[in-house]
Amino acid sequence: MGAIFRREFGAYFTSSIAYIFLAVFWIFSGFFFYQSSLYTATTDMSGLFQSLFLVIIFLIPILTMRLFSEEKKQKTEQGLLTAPVSLGEIVFGKYFAALMLYTIGILMPFLYALILSAFGHVEWGIVFSNFLALFLLGMAFIAVGTLVSALTENQIAAAVMSFVGLMALYMVDVIGEYISFEWVKTVCEWLSFYRKYYAITCGLFNVTTVVFYVSVAAIFNYLTIRVFERRRWS
Amino acid sequence: MIEVRNLTKHYGDKHAVNDISFTVDDGEILGFLGPNGAGKSTTMNMLTGYISSTSGTALINGVDILEDPIKAKSFIGYLPELPPLYLDMTVKAYLNYIYDLKKCKLPRKAHLNEVMSLTKVADVQERLIKNLSKGYKQRVGVAQALVGNPPVLILDEPTVGLDPKQILEIRTLIKRLGKNHTVILSSHILSEIQAVCDRIIIINHGVIAAHDTTDNLAKNMSTDHRIITRIEGDRDEILLALRKIPGIKYARADMQREPGVFEFELEAAPGRDIRREIFEICSSHNWPMLALRSAELTLEDVFLKITMGDQIIAPAEKKPDDKNDSAKGGNA
Repeated sequence: MGAIFRREFGAYFTSSIAYIFLAVFWIFSGFFFYQSSLYTATTDMSGLFQSLFLVIIFLIPILTMRLFSEEKKQKTEQGLLTAPVSLGEIVFGKYFAALMLYTIGILMPFLYALILSAFGHVEWGIVFSNFLALFLLGMAFIAVGTLVSALTENQIAAAVMSFVGLMALYMVDVIGEYISFEWVKTVCEWLSFYRKYYAITCGLFNVTTVVFYVSVAAIFNYLTIRVFERRRWS
Repeated sequence: MIEVRNLTKHYGDKHAVNDISFTVDDGEILGFLGPNGAGKSTTMNMLTGYISSTSGTALINGVDILEDPIKAKSFIGYLPELPPLYLDMTVKAYLNYIYDLKKCKLPRKAHLNEVMSLTKVADVQERLIKNLSKGYKQRVGVAQALVGNPPVLILDEPTVGLDPKQILEIRTLIKRLGKNHTVILSSHILSEIQAVCDRIIIINHGVIAAHDTTDNLAKNMSTDHRIITRIEGDRDEILLALRKIPGIKYARADMQREPGVFEFELEAAPGRDIRREIFEICSSHNWPMLALRSAELTLEDVFLKITMGDQIIAPAEKKPDDKNDSAKGGNA
């Protein structure tokens, strides 16, 4: 797994995706930081984190689009699948490489908090739980993007499909509101990614939320492994 | 050592590979021959665990590729049809990555240097793979198969894209590796298989069409009682005289090769040697004989005969009945 992780993480930088991702993420986070904290002169960063939800929906597909699609296109997949490593190692090696780069990106708000602390009191507990929420969200979303990338050999198709998928997860409770069946509404509300995230940014930390995001990540990574297993047996 | 028993692969109704069995011993080089789409790559992909078989087993050093794939794969160095190269890496970084991927225990620097010098890629080790020529890419592909010094090497067309000198080098390398490795090699180039392999499997439409040592294959298929000769004189007269040789099956005149010199193709009953009779006819009629050779089949002819039946070589020899029999003999 280490070899795949290192190779994948290095490839983010040689393919310049890392620079694009970090630059765009930091530009947006900087803008929202200015808008929600500096401009309104508050040390409460919840506004920033709420806005970042949408930013990562756009950016995570860029992070995950080439993970497997490029391997398939360049036929390097064959080398990977005939190497003495398990499918789990392959999938998680790539998954953690993406998650690592994502984590570097979302560390930036800590810098903002540090800047704010020079001007006023910062609730570090809330900053940490916000960061944790963003991290957990990324865990789940990157797993979704990884699965989509394993389904196609076209990077653009993978990016667009991941974006659509993440957008659907974002809108799931909005969709639920327009459906008159009570139980559908309940399920949609229960599935809502944004509602759980929003609760944490408001300071309501909940263990079930952690379990939810981690489970989603686990399920989608498992499905990615299944995709490869299935392909081998088809 | 590789043991393959009744290996079968179906894609829906299509039988890509059907009931193939063979073994390759340690220190043996097996050649895999067949036209495109015959099932060579499919078989190799099953042996290396890239795809699963529908039924049958493949044992690599006694380990079933489907039951313990990770262990079985650790015995194999595989060069697929298209080398799995990451174009954005340097040769050195790539081989280091493969070293880590295969979880090698050998001393890293010494081993990689050895592999690079064996495959002659050491001089480009700092270059990005995407900037290499096809020949170099192919050799990096061979190098990645050799990393970790696996006891079994499976090479799908290892010399594609190389120039004649490099082909010779890779062949020599494979031959050398064959002494203490188990090697399966596929190729379209028959002379290559002939030069390198101990045994050949010809595969056609997903089944083994022929399986023998390189020498036997050519010997069994060839008809040593067929003779080609060049005689100077009147074409029709010579033909008439030759046809009178007892035991001759057919004689036929070919085109005029030199002014006044014709080429004749003769076939006698199996086991019958008619060379002396031809000589006597020529000397008694005072026709100078300028050439005489037996028409042995090359491996190329054998291959075409097995995979295509009569279609290809039939026009050259308008011979009646028994021709079909010999071709069928090869197919069986």
